[in-house]
Amino acid sequence: MGHLSYEEAKKVVYKGLVLLAVVTLIEVFFSLLGKGHVIPALKGITWLHYLIGMLLIALSLYKAYFIIYEFMHMRYEVKGLAMSVLLPTLLLIWAIIAFFQEGNSWKNRRELIKEKNVEEVDEGASKQESMLLKDTYILRLEEEGI
Amino acid sequence: MATSDTVLEQHEVQGQTDWSGGKPAFRASYGKLMMWYFLLSDAFTFAGFLIAYGALRFSSPTWPVPDFVFSTAPFGVHHAPLIFVTIMSFLLIVSSVTMVRAVQEGHKENKNGVVFWMLMTILGGAGFLSCQAWEWTNLIGSEHMSVTTNPFGSHTEGGVYLTADGKESEEAFKAGESFLIHKAHAGHGGEAHGEGEHAEQDYSQGDHPGYFVDDRGFVHRKFIVTEGPDAGMVKMEQFGPKAFGALFFFITGFHGFHVFSGVVFLFIIMINAASGLYMRRQNGHEMVEKMGLYWHFVDLVWVFVFLVFYLL
Repeated sequence: MGHLSYEEAKKVVYKGLVLLAVVTLIEVFFSLLGKGHVIPALKGITWLHYLIGMLLIALSLYKAYFIIYEFMHMRYEVKGLAMSVLLPTLLLIWAIIAFFQEGNSWKNRRELIKEKNVEEVDEGASKQESMLLKDTYILRLEEEGI
Repeated sequence: MATSDTVLEQHEVQGQTDWSGGKPAFRASYGKLMMWYFLLSDAFTFAGFLIAYGALRFSSPTWPVPDFVFSTAPFGVHHAPLIFVTIMSFLLIVSSVTMVRAVQEGHKENKNGVVFWMLMTILGGAGFLSCQAWEWTNLIGSEHMSVTTNPFGSHTEGGVYLTADGKESEEAFKAGESFLIHKAHAGHGGEAHGEGEHAEQDYSQGDHPGYFVDDRGFVHRKFIVTEGPDAGMVKMEQFGPKAFGALFFFITGFHGFHVFSGVVFLFIIMINAASGLYMRRQNGHEMVEKMGLYWHFVDLVWVFVFLVFYLL
């Protein structure tokens, strides 16, 4: 299958072990750094939080790439096979954007409802409104000839 | 002998060269290609779960901080954020590596090598499952998280806790800090909320000067808000977003179920390999290779579960 000799392939495997372990350790380190466990002063800095989030996502994607291409031998498969498996996952980009947007909108709506619930109702305005409603009602009755 | 030779030929025809249409599609055997497509569909299932997690997390004003939630490890280790899950990740990575070794030995038609490395992989998988069992037991048993209850909350405004008799204490906190709502009389070994003094207090259901005990025995501590529009008001700790518990148990449970079925299949294929079944097929232990694909996929999914639940 592979285009590597047995000895070479064995080397790639142990290189992979070290690589994945080191990348995982780096991820954990940065995650804790961003949460202020390593240097307490860094806690709560928003831009740093986003930067580290991006870094963590990038490192995880790299790990995924390595597992698929080396451990699962995608590198040695025909291009068509690789494309037919990998390209459909691009749909997830749309799903991520759409659903995160949706989640954000739920949050905004909940906050709006919360605000509306505690809002003081202006008595005068509501009375006027009900008058208006009554007028339209009568007007409509007249129109309909009742 | 004659019959077994015929069987061999059939395997070669079906498995390696041809799916009886001349050339095999993508120069891969039917089984291997279909394993890839199964994994693709499974990837979408997991992606659906993880995206749901993301959407619900975006929709909540607060979310439990993972390094606070996942900071316990066996043998009484506390305040060790993410250490235990890192060990779990290593177990899965190592078992992935031993699986690659098994596949390589399979290509060399080295039966004993295949069995040895598959056994190592099974041990790794079983180790991971044991760790997960401990993690779940701790979360359910000691920290009382469930599919519908999430005692891990976060403060949305800064304040100072009240003591048991309702006076202001020294214990101040800032907005965004996390807390765990404990259950009365449930020892949560060493969590720094003065377990000793708790023991003598009255934890009957209802309102108390310094805390509120709900009908399930959760002790919501009271505090005075010191900043923002509500400054000066006395409030009590609220449960964290409900969805967290459900998402955690469903997603890690679904992944754990994949690991579990993987271990079962690894075991079956290891027995088959040991019996020499795949040697007779003479196709470079293709079954072991297909199993390898599945096992790496489980590791691959863990990369993302680890990312969204524990790292971000």
